[in-house]
Amino acid sequence: MTTSNRRTFLKGTLAGGVLTVAASAGLLKPTQVLAAAWPKSAFDAKTMDATISGLYGNASVAPNAAITIKAPLQAENGAVVPITVSTTLANVESIAILVEKNATPLVCSVALMNGAQGYFSARMKMGKTSDVKVIVKAGGKLHSASQQIKVTVGGCGG
Amino acid sequence: MKKLFVLLAVLGLTGSVTLTAQADPQSDLREFQGYFKKKFPDVPFQDYANGVYALDKDARSEWESLMEFPPFEIELDGGKKLWEKPFANGKKFAGCLTRAPQNYPYWDNGTNEVRTIEMDVNRCLNKNGEAEYKDLKKGPMAAVVAYFKFLHRGQLVKVDLSNPKAVDAYEKGKQFYWARRAQLNFSCSTCHVENAGKFIRGDSLSAGLGHGTGFPVYRGKDGHLTTLHNRYAGCNKQVRAAPYKEQSNEYKNLELYETYMATGLPITAPSYRR
Amino acid sequence: MEMPTKLKIRPKDGLTEILVLVSHPMETGQRVDAKTKEKVPAHFIQTLSIQLNGKDVAVADLGVAVSKDPLIGISVAGAKKGDKVNVSWSDNLGNKGGADETV
Repeated sequence: MTTSNRRTFLKGTLAGGVLTVAASAGLLKPTQVLAAAWPKSAFDAKTMDATISGLYGNASVAPNAAITIKAPLQAENGAVVPITVSTTLANVESIAILVEKNATPLVCSVALMNGAQGYFSARMKMGKTSDVKVIVKAGGKLHSASQQIKVTVGGCGG
Repeated sequence: MKKLFVLLAVLGLTGSVTLTAQADPQSDLREFQGYFKKKFPDVPFQDYANGVYALDKDARSEWESLMEFPPFEIELDGGKKLWEKPFANGKKFAGCLTRAPQNYPYWDNGTNEVRTIEMDVNRCLNKNGEAEYKDLKKGPMAAVVAYFKFLHRGQLVKVDLSNPKAVDAYEKGKQFYWARRAQLNFSCSTCHVENAGKFIRGDSLSAGLGHGTGFPVYRGKDGHLTTLHNRYAGCNKQVRAAPYKEQSNEYKNLELYETYMATGLPITAPSYRR
Repeated sequence: MEMPTKLKIRPKDGLTEILVLVSHPMETGQRVDAKTKEKVPAHFIQTLSIQLNGKDVAVADLGVAVSKDPLIGISVAGAKKGDKVNVSWSDNLGNKGGADETV
């Protein structure tokens, strides 16, 4: 089983609540289970394509206007760039954030379940001006949205 | 190209703003605040307490989203713990820091100097047999000052210049503020009065009005709370001037001048800056 | 190193927003220490999970590009006053942390 497949398997199991039950019964600590599932190949990937296949295997991704990215057009500081992703797509399973021009594009990926909505916010680092791509897995399909965020180099902060 | 406001362009601008040398602090204040009201008629006065975000509309919404759950909250909790934790003798900070933060800095006849919150925090520690905070840039000092000011958020700045010695210190601070220095020949006012709201490379310049009300701030660049004097030092370095030490007379006088200029603005500390 | 976690839970658009802030360095492994001139080893949260009444609602995998003192926010439907929210995280060096809060 490849890393990405194992990942999918784990996510599926979690959604089904099996591991959660084991965890609450004190058999497993959730963090221990999940640490093993951290998708190393996707986080280590240096290109967008390798990141996407590291996360989802060979599935195809299509742009979808039902995803909204709220992020600055011009970030004040590349060290702390706030981003909020929301979508009206139904049955959202996961949301991932990728910064194309970062050395390793994957910022984070969140699996959502049990009443969690298609909504995710985070703060991320950006080395330079780049397209930011958001991938939403919903109903078994991959949807994406992109926005460019400009990063300026400064130093003042009055 | 507006955003590519280069150094040369700044240098090329001849300062059109000068303060009357002989003026008393009250007329300085009227002139200073009046200048910004005239320059930015659409900016509500209270907004100057938000630093550069009073003027930079693009950055404002990003800042607002960061302030919804600002990254300094955990450090501020740490400041609260230090504030509330009794010293070995059972006393607490509140026992000695009886002056409200919006009334700092002040002239102290006893020690014959301008005193800041940082100095009184360390005096309090010392008096109660505790070790003073050595780092005046960040860490516990920044956290305690931030929490002390946080307890008085919204209170309006009002410093006392009734003592002639306070006015002397104020005059020195004013001189520091308007004096051009170092290789780039910038004064504080070059950027923060004459060119407030404009861009210097990728950064927009804050208005001098309101400086200090949000400090200590968490700077995204640093990833922690930073004291006002540490920021002054950073600013001096950026114009290629040798920085002074935190709590030096130069920076204390400057703080007195800047704080007096912020009279009537609310305390917003701690805040976030890029 | 103390790395506290703080939660903020608030109503938003008829749903409940759960915000998590962790005091964590999120070192990339690429930063060079100004004093020692040596690279600071990578130290970052890898997994952060949020539970509502004991059930996972979000499991986030994070990398080094998440900011220092990371913030993660999600939104859940059907949360009621008094419901329990639990957050737990683990980093690449084996540290664990978390926090509990009620809606």
